[in-house]
Formats: sequence, structure tokens, C-alpha cells
Amino acid sequence: MQDIKVDKKLDIRGEVCPYTLVKSKLGIESIELGQTMEIILDYPEAADSIPKAMLNYGHSVLKTEKINSKEWVILVRKEVED
Amino acid sequence: MEFTEEQLKRYSRHIILPEVGGKGQKKISEAKVLIIGAGGLGCPVGYYLAAAGVGTIALVDNDNVELSNLQRQIAHSVKTIDVNKAESAKQTFEALNPDVNVIAVNERIGSKNILGLIRDYDIIVDGTDNFPTRYLINDACVMLKKPLVSGAILRFEGQVTTIMPGEGPCYRCLFEEPPPPGLVPSCQEAGVLGVLPGVIGALQATEVLKLIIGKGKPLKGNLLIYDALGVNFRKVRIPKNDNCPVCGKDPKIKDLTDLPEEYCSI
Repeated sequence: MQDIKVDKKLDIRGEVCPYTLVKSKLGIESIELGQTMEIILDYPEAADSIPKAMLNYGHSVLKTEKINSKEWVILVRKEVED
Repeated sequence: MEFTEEQLKRYSRHIILPEVGGKGQKKISEAKVLIIGAGGLGCPVGYYLAAAGVGTIALVDNDNVELSNLQRQIAHSVKTIDVNKAESAKQTFEALNPDVNVIAVNERIGSKNILGLIRDYDIIVDGTDNFPTRYLINDACVMLKKPLVSGAILRFEGQVTTIMPGEGPCYRCLFEEPPPPGLVPSCQEAGVLGVLPGVIGALQATEVLKLIIGKGKPLKGNLLIYDALGVNFRKVRIPKNDNCPVCGKDPKIKDLTDLPEEYCSI
């Protein structure tokens, strides 16, 4: 995986749905077009639903990676204005 | 806007909508909406706007709650019979959402007070039940260029339109003058299905929220007519009238006047 500059890190470990999405949505609103946000989470369903939701919003999902037995990292690039 | 954890929960279904998001929810929380009439229409409009987190909601009504209102005026209850309707609805909306600043105005709307009442608000909602007031609100909103979301109900039929002064037609573009007193019966004379103001009020609240977040097409230039018995929604186009006495090129109406008293008994 190539190194991509991360503009914002969002730690939503401990959050469950739908707050994983609520906080991810607010996080993406807080960055500029073309910038990236790295989300770290530990709610298994969100590892699946957050990338889908981000794609639905029109953003790019650059990476979804399980980093250990219960945590995931998702890298999103903002592609559309809110 | 920094949301509290409680607000994140309360507004989560808004925030995740692409059209609303945190930015739209912030606009909602900063919006100031004035609802004229805390009756059949004003109750559901205010209820949903309070639930949505509209920052300031003012209610104007000088009537008191009666038992015959409770068939449709859902913000009131047996506990608030004889209480001013604006005050009764304020209690209900504040119980639903303490984020909202609800202002009860115990006044009868008229030509003398309307401009002062609507001046500080972003959007005006007409939930009144008589033609003189409907025309007065229309004229005042045109004069101060306030968006107006208007609703009306009778029996099994209701209608909604959004008036955007300067951008689309107003009520007088459709009918220059109110119908003569007695021609159109009132709900008191003709009845109304209790749920009907709920349908129409929910449509009005939807229009208000769309205007606040700036998404979608407002119902301007159209009258949406709902026929509950036939289950029909019809959208009738209303052209802007260049000769309209209040919003036309050379308006005849420059001052607000109250129509004769006999109108008000309808």
C-alpha cells in the first residue's frame, strides 16, 4: 500500500451504529475537498457499513484494513462538497 | 457547530442524511420560524419543527384551548383546556425538545402588529383558519419579503403552497381578493377530518425544513391539493400575475388593512 498523507484522524473506537456513521459524517464535513481522513473503529458492522456509506456520499475509500483482532482502519478521501 | 453527545443522538438521523449533515443541522438550529395559529395546522407544524431542532419557534394565537379542538390540535390536551393555545403548544414543544426556544405570543394577528411580529423571523407559516388573516399574512410577507408556507384545510381536502416574494407568485396572484363572507364555509360549519391538518401540517413543516437547509425545490408557483377521500395529490401551477395588487409591477396595495369584522366570523 502506497503512503497517503492523512489530513485528519478520527478515533471512533467504542462507538456503535449509527454513531460510528454520525461521527464519520461530521468528520468528513470538517475537511476540505481532496483531503483524507483516517477512521479507526472497533465495531465490526461499521467496518462494513462505513466504507459503503462513504461511497454513497460520493467519497473515495482508499483503504479498509483490519489492523488487529478487533480494530479496523478506513481511509477516505473527500470527493464532494457536503 | 459542536454538537453535544445528546444532540448527536437526537439528530443522528438528520446528520447522516447527505442533504442535511452537521451543516444542515446547524442551519436548522439557527433558524427562526414564526407560526401564525396554534390550531390544527400550527400544532403539527410546530411539533415537527421542534423535533427537528429549529432554534426559535414563535407561535401566535390569542385563543384558548377548548375540548372541541382536541380532535385535531395535537399539541393541546385536557390538561390545557382554557389555557392560551400558544402557551399550551409551547409547553408541549419544550417537553419534546429543550434545545428549542419557543415563544408564545398571546395576540390576535392584525394589520397593526403583523409587521412587527414577522420582522425578526426567517420563515413564516400560515396556520390560520380565515381568509382575512390569510390575505393579511400574504401581504405582510410580500412587503417584508419573507418566505411564507401556507396551508389550508376543510372537510377532507387540504392545500399547501410556498410563497417566495420576488421569486414566485403570491396568494393574490391566484385570487386578488378574498371570497365574500359566507361563501366558503369554515371548519366550524363544515367539519374537518381530524387527521387532515396532520397531513397538511407535515407537508408545511417539510417545506420549512427544505427552505432552511436550502435543499430540494420549494413548492413555489404551485398549489398542492390533497384529496383524502380520493387519495389524490394534485399540483396546480400558479402563474405570477404582473398585475397582482400586492406583488405586481405597480402594486395598488401599499398599506395593510384589516378586512371587515364579518369576515372573521367565517
